[in-house]
Amino acid sequence: MSTYSLSDGLPSAAPRELALAGWLKESGSGVVASLAWIAFGLSCLLWDDVGDWSRTHSLGIAAFIIAAFALFGTVGADYLGSAGRALRKRAPWLLALGLILTLWEVATAKFAWLPLPFFPPPQAIIEIYTDDLPKLLDSVFASVRLQLGGYVIGAAVGFVTGVSIGWSRVVGYWVHPVLRFIGPLPATAWLPIAFFTFPSSWSASTFLIALATGFPVTVLTWSGVASVSNAYYDVARTLGAKPSFLVLKVAIPAALPHVFVGLFMGLGASFAVLVVAEMIGVKAGLGWYLQWAQGWAAYANMYAALIVMSLLCSGAITLLFAIRDRLLVWQKGTVKW
Amino acid sequence: MVATAEIIAYPAAGAALDIEQVSHAFDIDGTELPVLSDVSIAVEPGEFVALLGPSGCGKSTLLRLVAGLEKPRAGSLREDESRITHPHPSRVVVFQDPTLFPWRTVWDNVALGLEAQGILKSQRSRVDAALELVGLSAFRNAYPHQLSGGMAQRVALARALVNDPKILILDEPLGKLDSLTRITMQAELVSLWQRKGFTTLLVTHDAEEALVLANRVIVFSERPARVKADIRVDRPHPRHRGDPYLADLRRQILGLLGLDATW
Repeated sequence: MSTYSLSDGLPSAAPRELALAGWLKESGSGVVASLAWIAFGLSCLLWDDVGDWSRTHSLGIAAFIIAAFALFGTVGADYLGSAGRALRKRAPWLLALGLILTLWEVATAKFAWLPLPFFPPPQAIIEIYTDDLPKLLDSVFASVRLQLGGYVIGAAVGFVTGVSIGWSRVVGYWVHPVLRFIGPLPATAWLPIAFFTFPSSWSASTFLIALATGFPVTVLTWSGVASVSNAYYDVARTLGAKPSFLVLKVAIPAALPHVFVGLFMGLGASFAVLVVAEMIGVKAGLGWYLQWAQGWAAYANMYAALIVMSLLCSGAITLLFAIRDRLLVWQKGTVKW
Repeated sequence: MVATAEIIAYPAAGAALDIEQVSHAFDIDGTELPVLSDVSIAVEPGEFVALLGPSGCGKSTLLRLVAGLEKPRAGSLREDESRITHPHPSRVVVFQDPTLFPWRTVWDNVALGLEAQGILKSQRSRVDAALELVGLSAFRNAYPHQLSGGMAQRVALARALVNDPKILILDEPLGKLDSLTRITMQAELVSLWQRKGFTTLLVTHDAEEALVLANRVIVFSERPARVKADIRVDRPHPRHRGDPYLADLRRQILGLLGLDATW
């Protein structure tokens, strides 16, 4: 927009050129992105598939629709408010995606440059989402339930343990060595014993996920509480604070940024345990789905499940960061996700 | 007539403070480092006393003892005849750093004392009044990182004053401010003290600041701190910085601190 106001002061023919340049700069990448998606659509429809896939035609049509959205969205961004601006900002990514999909389509479904059963084309993955949806959704629910239960238990226990170690010398004396001895052990190492001793594979996996989450949460909460400046305690004490106030209203809020680092690390660690536990013991969930698909050489199912899994993990971390940003508005310049 | 008017305008809200033969030491790697040696000071209710001394001489330690944050090795401290053993909101400290809680808004920072004592719910108006007193009502919802140094120190002052302290303990509260903000806040401190009538203890290493603000300037020796001189400053407020009487006292104090050759 700034080019328009700049051109106001300039004489003669210059304004029109400047306006065009400005338009190109703002909407150019959106137009090119739209072309890339048209190319993807054409690549679906122009040649015959080397295999037997039922969604090729629909996928091509969908690509054209996305191309139309990209074109009108970026060209008409000024009339679309924040949605238009967001689309404009992401246009280069839309372009890259269109190009990658075109290349993928051509390299797999059309000319089979990549060996076929191992590299299914995009339409094969779409087919999984439409035809195998119930099973996939069941797996998603099973995974989310298992992960959520274990994570919440691990985070809560880790937080309370961390605060206790940071606050009480006695608790620190007894818990610290145990933590040092057991903490660094990968939670998956417990897997055989856990499946042996727990009554169900579900409870065993919950325990393992809680363990993987609890360790980083404990250590970081503890270090957060331990690093709170004495000056804060002095201030609170001279204002009449009792020990409970010092813990709840001084130590914990001051340690919260550390706690969130621990929660973030625990989340990453627990994903790994979740998938391994589902692959080995639990008869449900995305890890199990992956394992099952591999057994049947259903590679398209594997890719489909992997994509869902990465969306879920990334969604969980986005959620965690959103909660953090809400709770820690007082911090400036925190890491953005 | 003037005297009675003063009594009505400034009720004696301050407490008397008796520091009797107090000695204190720190253990540093097993060796004992004496910081206070046989310090005795009697402060009248409502007095404004400045503690002046070379840096690191132990003035701030004395303030921590008065606040009740530490116990002296020897001697005793009394607030209105009752022995000081623990911190109490009747003796509030304003530190050199504002040490506002960064996770609390300005309002919540000022409310800290009332909240800690469990009386915030019924006395919320006191927080508003304290913010009004330091002129920061407009910033009640700001976070500390959004404030300038002077504003942050004002919030710290409001956080102390909301408790209606009998003794206000100031540990170089203006030390880190720029000189203009400092002069403004010195005037504000005096007017707050005149209005509220609390007893004030001010640690400073600035002789001029001590003389502009205090009724009494106590000069300490090098560590371990001993009382070297106890000087009355018999001048009404507001005081003029160029007052020859103050200039004379200043020369005398700097001489006591070993700076007579240069000044």
